[in-house]
Amino acid sequence: MQVTLRIQRFDPERDEKPHFEEYQADVEPTDRLLDALNYVKWYVDGSLAYRRSCAHGICGSDAMRVNGRNRLACKVLVRDLGNPITVAPMLSFQLIKDLVVDMEPFFAKYRALKPYLIADDPPPEKERLQSPVDRERYEDTTKCILCACCTTSCPPFWANGDFYGPAAIVNAHRFIFDSRDHGADERLATLNERNGIWRCRTVFNCTEACPRGIKVTEAMEDVKRALMLRNI
Amino acid sequence: MAHGVMAPSYGYGPRPQAQTASNFELWAWLFMRISGIMLVVLALGHLAIMHVINTVDVVDYQFVVDRWTGPWSAVWRTYDALLLVLALIHGLNGVRIVVDDYVSSQAWRVFWMSLLYVGGFFFIVLGTLVIFAFTPQK
Repeated sequence: MQVTLRIQRFDPERDEKPHFEEYQADVEPTDRLLDALNYVKWYVDGSLAYRRSCAHGICGSDAMRVNGRNRLACKVLVRDLGNPITVAPMLSFQLIKDLVVDMEPFFAKYRALKPYLIADDPPPEKERLQSPVDRERYEDTTKCILCACCTTSCPPFWANGDFYGPAAIVNAHRFIFDSRDHGADERLATLNERNGIWRCRTVFNCTEACPRGIKVTEAMEDVKRALMLRNI
Repeated sequence: MAHGVMAPSYGYGPRPQAQTASNFELWAWLFMRISGIMLVVLALGHLAIMHVINTVDVVDYQFVVDRWTGPWSAVWRTYDALLLVLALIHGLNGVRIVVDDYVSSQAWRVFWMSLLYVGGFFFIVLGTLVIFAFTPQK
């Protein structure tokens, strides 16, 4: 089948601001949007720039705005997107070229909330054991692939780029509620700051956007409740 | 690096510590939830009394006098004071959040925040004064 792709193009060396261009792609209805983009890049216009790596919805490289909603290009089928399909880069981050944005501020926030095990007790001989119940507590937030679909769909983040954003907080949640971790206090103290968790307005865009089906807003509320129980 | 985001720590150096923050936003969040639940009851009750059980033809000065001086005077004055304080602060805090998110100019932020705090304080004091200092005029 023939589909029309309206793709936002931006070449920093030539263009002052981004614009849309239309391309025809010859694809199967069961092909993914990524296949359609590959068709354009390989057979129509090789200068089109976008990120992709595993192409199986796990590396988190090809997040983009598809018909106005944040999706992974490798996880949506062409037949589900209508015709024409509008493809634009994620909002809020600096454009580098076409669909590629600068992700460095995103990862800076991720690192700022210490997404690693903080354990002050001496390492045990074999491993730090955990009961299945304790493991289940943070199961949902282990599924994050750091694609930034949630953070760049978040209206408070659009309004204020200093907000940590849902993705960083999801990854803090993964350790705050891990029974082997002792860093909850310092992470929660950071999240209680001006640009911390309280910038969340419970819009639910993050939950809607997550390609991994993480209940992002619920995780955010989990963190708010933890702060309430600790500080009040 | 942007304000509020700390540089990552590498190696075995000390981990960055958060600044000591107040719990103001935490209290504001909790207040919005508690006042929201209370306002569902209070505001719907107010609506029912003023517009369903009674009509606007009945609600006049004498109606208020009867409520605020009768045997249930303390209850009605407390009801109205709660409605005033909770609805005003709940609404103004909502506006404060909108201003915080969307007004980026420092001068306009100061202007709006001052207006919200001064206005809110003025109407709470004025309203509470009216509710509790009210004596009917002959």
